[in-house]
Amino acid sequence: MNNGPLLFLGIFFTIAFSWSGIVLTNLVQQTEAGATQPLFDKDTEKVVPAPMTGDAKQGQQVYAELGCVYCHSQQVRNSLSRDGGTSVDVERNYGRRPNVARDYIQDGRIFLGTMRTGPDLRNVGQRLPSVDWHMQHLYNPQITSKDSIMPPFPFLFEEREIVGEPSPKALRLTGDWAPPPGYEVVPTARAEALVAYLLSLRTDYDLPEAPKSVE
Amino acid sequence: MSSAPSLAAAIDPRTKMPQERAELHQIDESTRVLALIFLGTSAVWLLVGTIFALIASWKLHNPEFLSTQEWLTFGRVRTAHLNTVIYGWATNAGIGVSFWLMARLSRTLLRHAGILYVSGAAWNLAVIVGTFGILRGDGQPVEWLEFPRYVTPLLFVSYALIGVWGIITFRFRRGEHTYVSQWYLLAALFWFPWLYSIAQIMLVFAPTVGVIQALTNWWFAHNVLGLWFTPIGIAASYYFIPKVLGKPIHSYHLSVVGFWALAFFYNWAGVHHLIGGPIPVWVQSAGIVASLMMVIPVIVTAINHHLTVIGSFQQVWNSPTLRFIVFGAMNYTLASLLGSAMALRSVNSVTHFTHFTVGHAHHGMYSFFTMVMFGSIYYMLPRLLRKEWPSAFLINVHFWGTAAGITLYVVALSIGGWIQGMQMNDVKNYPDFLQIMVATKPWLFARTIAGLMIAVGHIAFVVSFVWILIKKRTVEETSPTLFNTPPTLSLKTS
Ligand code: HEC
Repeated sequence: MNNGPLLFLGIFFTIAFSWSGIVLTNLVQQTEAGATQPLFDKDTEKVVPAPMTGDAKQGQQVYAELGCVYCHSQQVRNSLSRDGGTSVDVERNYGRRPNVARDYIQDGRIFLGTMRTGPDLRNVGQRLPSVDWHMQHLYNPQITSKDSIMPPFPFLFEEREIVGEPSPKALRLTGDWAPPPGYEVVPTARAEALVAYLLSLRTDYDLPEAPKSVE
Repeated sequence: MSSAPSLAAAIDPRTKMPQERAELHQIDESTRVLALIFLGTSAVWLLVGTIFALIASWKLHNPEFLSTQEWLTFGRVRTAHLNTVIYGWATNAGIGVSFWLMARLSRTLLRHAGILYVSGAAWNLAVIVGTFGILRGDGQPVEWLEFPRYVTPLLFVSYALIGVWGIITFRFRRGEHTYVSQWYLLAALFWFPWLYSIAQIMLVFAPTVGVIQALTNWWFAHNVLGLWFTPIGIAASYYFIPKVLGKPIHSYHLSVVGFWALAFFYNWAGVHHLIGGPIPVWVQSAGIVASLMMVIPVIVTAINHHLTVIGSFQQVWNSPTLRFIVFGAMNYTLASLLGSAMALRSVNSVTHFTHFTVGHAHHGMYSFFTMVMFGSIYYMLPRLLRKEWPSAFLINVHFWGTAAGITLYVVALSIGGWIQGMQMNDVKNYPDFLQIMVATKPWLFARTIAGLMIAVGHIAFVVSFVWILIKKRTVEETSPTLFNTPPTLSLKTS
């Protein structure tokens, strides 16, 4: 192999081949097949998947900034066995059906993730619909989930003196977690956006190309 | 194609004529400042990356640790760790070693190295600013590409210059033969800017829609390992093992097969990070097949490296360079074979999403690549500075701290991750996620212990590094006998 140009050509084509195979082919294929477009569901008269709301978009930004993706995936996997069968992820209540490509087209930035140090969050809005729960959990996961290794995010909250009426948004904290008397802990705008995003995570519609949802 | 004996002659130190030695010395001289810039900065980044690593690791079993400051939250510190060790330590070290090797093997002086000093400075500046950016929260939420968009153009330009210079150096090669290390280096220097620019465009500046992002992401991230670090690590092993042992590589023809098989299959393997996910099944299958086919280049390279070493274990043990490099080469074989196994659907369904994968990533990046870089640096610095390493004790501490530390690291996370994966797949017996998570804690704690051992090794390394830089040259070391008897340092192990 003393022929420089030939060596170089080989080096060039191997990478060009994988790039066009993995990235370009799929890009073209999905665009052609219309898999990057939302559908109109005649029964509910809604576009699926629905576009993200403004709040959820901002919350997604917070999700990105705080690196939630390094501990949480957002994908309900297909059945892992060759002969079909139900997916473990569905059994574990991570969602009612496995996700398909079209589920992600409204997301802008996607967060499929590669770690499940914590549970999958693709359908956390369905599983845990309570704003209060999420606020307490984000303030300190130990409140709702003792021994959790998820980090607390106290900087998403503000501890302040109560002036006049206590805020309706103040966290209901008891025992050791309660702030000193006369004080309250309220979520910042970022915390509210983040929770709006979490609650928006739900695959609650069917798609023709996806397996049917289980009840 | 060259025949084996002439190759052997080309790399066997005993066959060198005095004027060839002088020439080699001149070549080394032409790469000296450049190599010192890149290797020096890499050592600093190694320490910085280790500190981030320890903080992140501690947080995973004590989440309250340093949790009140946003810039020190787990998601930021972990990311700062990854990017400083990848783009600060490993890339800088890889560039330093590559240029020195490329100039030596091409038997040509490094030309106009000044431009490279500037791009080295620019690269490191970008990594500094980028790391601050990540801690501030400006990072891009794309794994392995987190540096904020305001530094990536600078990173790209400075790297592209480096890549082009490497290829130019190869163009000016003298002699008819190219050695296997040169192919790998040429390929690596060309592949990385291609990967980086496409990933930047398709993920950061004009993001594609939906899951194509994930495909691009893992095509990139896996290939950084496979097409940038791995070729450099293999190139260095191919050079130093025969060089220090004074015998030719086992088989030239195998090395050709190994090179092309790697170039062809590694490219496609990255998709195995998305098995079971919302991407077309045929791409997943292609990724799995490619990962399995990687067994070919790995076995071929293993035969070449290990059969060359067989019968010379005493020499390997006595040479700091070879001790690190052979440790690295052995782990390349092991990590790669495990990696192929992890792409099998049945294995992947257990290991995916668990700490097993983290262990595996460190097996490749550390047990293999980083150890090979350490070995290379132990060989290069005395020749660049014409001084000897000041303390065999420190080298010993470095070797044992890192070798034992990383082995504990990989073993702990592999066992812990496997258990975690089995439990996650067993919904009947482990319905409660929290219970599974609690069971991972002891293994995460063992990882911190391993990290501390590695940190001790790193400190010993950096002390040695600074010491050899500042120490005075002794009389024997400056005398020209150096040309005839390349100094070898033996470790006192008793
Ligand atoms: C260090 C890893 C880690 C990070 C970083 C992390 N989490 Fe978690 N998360 C966990 C673990 C472990 C659990 C399970 C225990 C618990 O409920 O706290 C969890 C649970 C959750 C749950 C409850 C899910 C369920 O089904 O019970 C939500 C919601 C959540 N995390 C959101 C987030 C958000 C939002 C972020 C980023 C701001 C984040 N997590 C960052 C580890 C992490």
